[in-house]
Amino acid sequence: MITRNQASLVQLACNRKVTILLSFQFILCQGIMTSSRHTNSKRIEGLDKNVWVAFTSVAADPTIVNLGQGFPDIPPPAYVKEGLANAAAVDKLNQYTRGFGHPALVKALSQVYGKVYGQQIDPFKEILVTVGGYGSLFSAMQGLVEVGDEVIIIEPFFDCYVPMVRMAGAKPILIPLRVKTNIVSSADWVLDPAELASKFTSKTKAIIINTPNNPIGKIFTRDELQMIADLCIKHDTLCISDEVYEWLIYKGHQHIKIATLPGMWDRTITISSAGKTFSVTGWKLGWSIGPEHLIKHLQTVMQNTLYTCPTPLQEAVAQGLLRDYELMGQPDCYFSSLAVELEGKRDRMAAILQDVGMSPIIPEGGYFMCVDVTSLNQDLSHMGDDEPYDYKFVKWMIKEKKLAAIPVTAFCGDASKKQFEKYIRLCFIKKDSTLDAAEAILKNWNS
Amino acid sequence: MTVCLLIKLAVILVLIMSRQLHARRIEGVDKNIWVEFTQLAADYQVVNLGQGFPDFSPPSYIQEAFCKAVNGGCSMHQYTRAFGHPPLVTILAKFFSKVVGHDIDAFEDILVTVGAYQALFCTFQALVNEGDEVIIIEPFFDCYQPMVKMAGGKAVYVPLRPVSRGKALTSADWVLSSEELASKFNSRTKAIVINTPNNPLGKVYKREELQLIADLCIKHDVVCISDEVYEWLTYDGAKHVKIASLPGMWERTVTIGSGGKTFSATGWKVGWAIGAGHILKHLKTVHQNSVYHCATAAQEAVAVGFQREYEHFGTPESYFLQLPERLQHKREKLAACLESVGLQPVLPEGGYFMIADISSVKVDLNDPSTQGEPYDYRFVKWLIKEKGLATIPVSAFYSPEHSKDFENYIRFCFVKEDSTLSSAEAILRNWSNGK
Repeated sequence: MITRNQASLVQLACNRKVTILLSFQFILCQGIMTSSRHTNSKRIEGLDKNVWVAFTSVAADPTIVNLGQGFPDIPPPAYVKEGLANAAAVDKLNQYTRGFGHPALVKALSQVYGKVYGQQIDPFKEILVTVGGYGSLFSAMQGLVEVGDEVIIIEPFFDCYVPMVRMAGAKPILIPLRVKTNIVSSADWVLDPAELASKFTSKTKAIIINTPNNPIGKIFTRDELQMIADLCIKHDTLCISDEVYEWLIYKGHQHIKIATLPGMWDRTITISSAGKTFSVTGWKLGWSIGPEHLIKHLQTVMQNTLYTCPTPLQEAVAQGLLRDYELMGQPDCYFSSLAVELEGKRDRMAAILQDVGMSPIIPEGGYFMCVDVTSLNQDLSHMGDDEPYDYKFVKWMIKEKKLAAIPVTAFCGDASKKQFEKYIRLCFIKKDSTLDAAEAILKNWNS
Repeated sequence: MTVCLLIKLAVILVLIMSRQLHARRIEGVDKNIWVEFTQLAADYQVVNLGQGFPDFSPPSYIQEAFCKAVNGGCSMHQYTRAFGHPPLVTILAKFFSKVVGHDIDAFEDILVTVGAYQALFCTFQALVNEGDEVIIIEPFFDCYQPMVKMAGGKAVYVPLRPVSRGKALTSADWVLSSEELASKFNSRTKAIVINTPNNPLGKVYKREELQLIADLCIKHDVVCISDEVYEWLTYDGAKHVKIASLPGMWERTVTIGSGGKTFSATGWKVGWAIGAGHILKHLKTVHQNSVYHCATAAQEAVAVGFQREYEHFGTPESYFLQLPERLQHKREKLAACLESVGLQPVLPEGGYFMIADISSVKVDLNDPSTQGEPYDYRFVKWLIKEKGLATIPVSAFYSPEHSKDFENYIRFCFVKEDSTLSSAEAILRNWSNGK
């Protein structure tokens, strides 16, 4: 809409060039006025796409056998659900609790992890309770990573690491796990030591490790962690250790906390998840454990982002932890019994895939299995060229075979896409009937 | 040799400075009154009228809804839709479309967050760039300032002022100067934050006051962030008006609400942001890169609560009518008590809180540990330690530039059982009689 002033200016400008110029300026101004104010801030530029948003709505169709997103369709242990019902019945527990973590919960965590680490952990200064492992990652990133810093991320990586690093204004430096021929297990995927060392620079603020790893299921060995630790100490780098699958360790393997290696406690934030520990991903509670001089910065982020986590959920997790603390090391302890149950499912999943000629990577831990789909020889050229093969495969498989998985290139950077695009990720923390249904689909693949 | 040493020292200094542990974005936002004062209230045996949470239970139907959700199927304990549990966003859209007078799209126009606090965080992070200005009306819920700072923005303050000192008996008497407000808007202004009903004052902005703000937002193309967590708690027939319902405002307003305050269950931490999709999508981006999902069972329970309220809206069974009625009586009780002991309350038109002028009360604040702190901070700490009564100092809700003018008020939360209020009353009477 032209204002009177602008219209008269245009009229006064007899010269055609001036008229055109003024009109152009006017159009430009209008464009600026209507578009600039309500656009996104720079920090989230390009961070709107997300593999989960793309795939979870697709898989919400109940006719689809969903081995995609990582959550159990088996129930959580009864005592955990009871704990929540009991907590909600207490008036006080429906109101705000301590911001950095409900006292009963941080004390229980201090007990459990004090035993695991073999050291005293201060419940109030060395622990922060967050909204899932996700919230801990975010708090660590926002609290410790500066604009212009570099953060090393090992591929394949849980997809949120890269956007979180970018939102903190820092640069993700990617290094892939590499494999020789004959990939049988996740242990075959290793870091090249020289390549890793070359990624550390004076700008490196942190390295993020994830053990057991999502999606591959690798459990980093003591030697591998020592190699990383040596570099962290040499370059005075922090370590953010995502250990949400810490209890899901299969026979013959041991989960080692990098924070327990010499010189590492002071520079490591270790992240865990109630959701993964107790099969309650919908509770969204997690925690960071580390030295006071690091945790205090995560606490600052917490008090300026969401302030406190839900009370009854924290109380219930506390009760669950105390119950399992008493049973630690015994078969009845959920931390062990879940791993035993999942190992059976892992082996079954692997057998199903092998029976149809595919080559799964047997995970040492966690609840995902990656599998190479090359042997299925699925021609997807009709789906165009603009996506990696695994994205096309998963979309096709959901539509044509009613089976959902997640493409593994969602977990790597552009440069590594060629290396990973023949793999898809399957979640096996599913009830037997779900695995039966998946088996039926795979057995009938070529019919 | 000296030159070498100096160079070495300079290099070390640069290295130390460049290896600062924490990120600059959290500088200056580490202090927090809640951390400080809730710890104090916990350390001493106090009658707690400080932090804003009810000491009575949520309505039984909502507790039942939560229990039902907990005992529901597997899916109640696993991830739900990241931007909001479908039953919750659906009922919020239905409910608030009616209230706002605009068709709200459940999946485009709503984001569910971990409390209203996280909705505020998502909003600032989504919209505020380094150097943007954000207008904050004082007194303000304290988190707005550090959130603006963390987003690299510059807070620009404009105070509500009592129309005449000593005669400002209700929160309605605290007003904005329209010229002063207009002067704060410029080309760098990205947003203005309003809170109605207001914490700590209890002011419920009238339509004309909101229109003034709306006109400026439209003129300067500014986003309005409207914190309406206490939207159902208005007294004496005061009407809560949603600025998003004013002409031209839906497309530029983010309205923030709280399940915790709505259903007296602050510990559930379920909140939401409602607004036009083209703005909400940016909040969603922040959310998916920070917490991603909110707890499922609590969202399910809040959805059931809203469904029930939708059915009973405007009837005597509505909790949204019952609760303010209950609180009105408590408000009166506390105000009468404060007056009787020489404190001058400002009667709130809405919300959880009442501020009182402590000027006429003379105490010997000789606690060396609070030396140098603002008067109201010292007074509140003295009241906790010496009298066992917890409140919150009001200068905490003011900017550094204006807090010195408001050190004579303390904030009381009256959303408490009558027995708690009676205990507070007893403490105040004893103190008053003892003088």
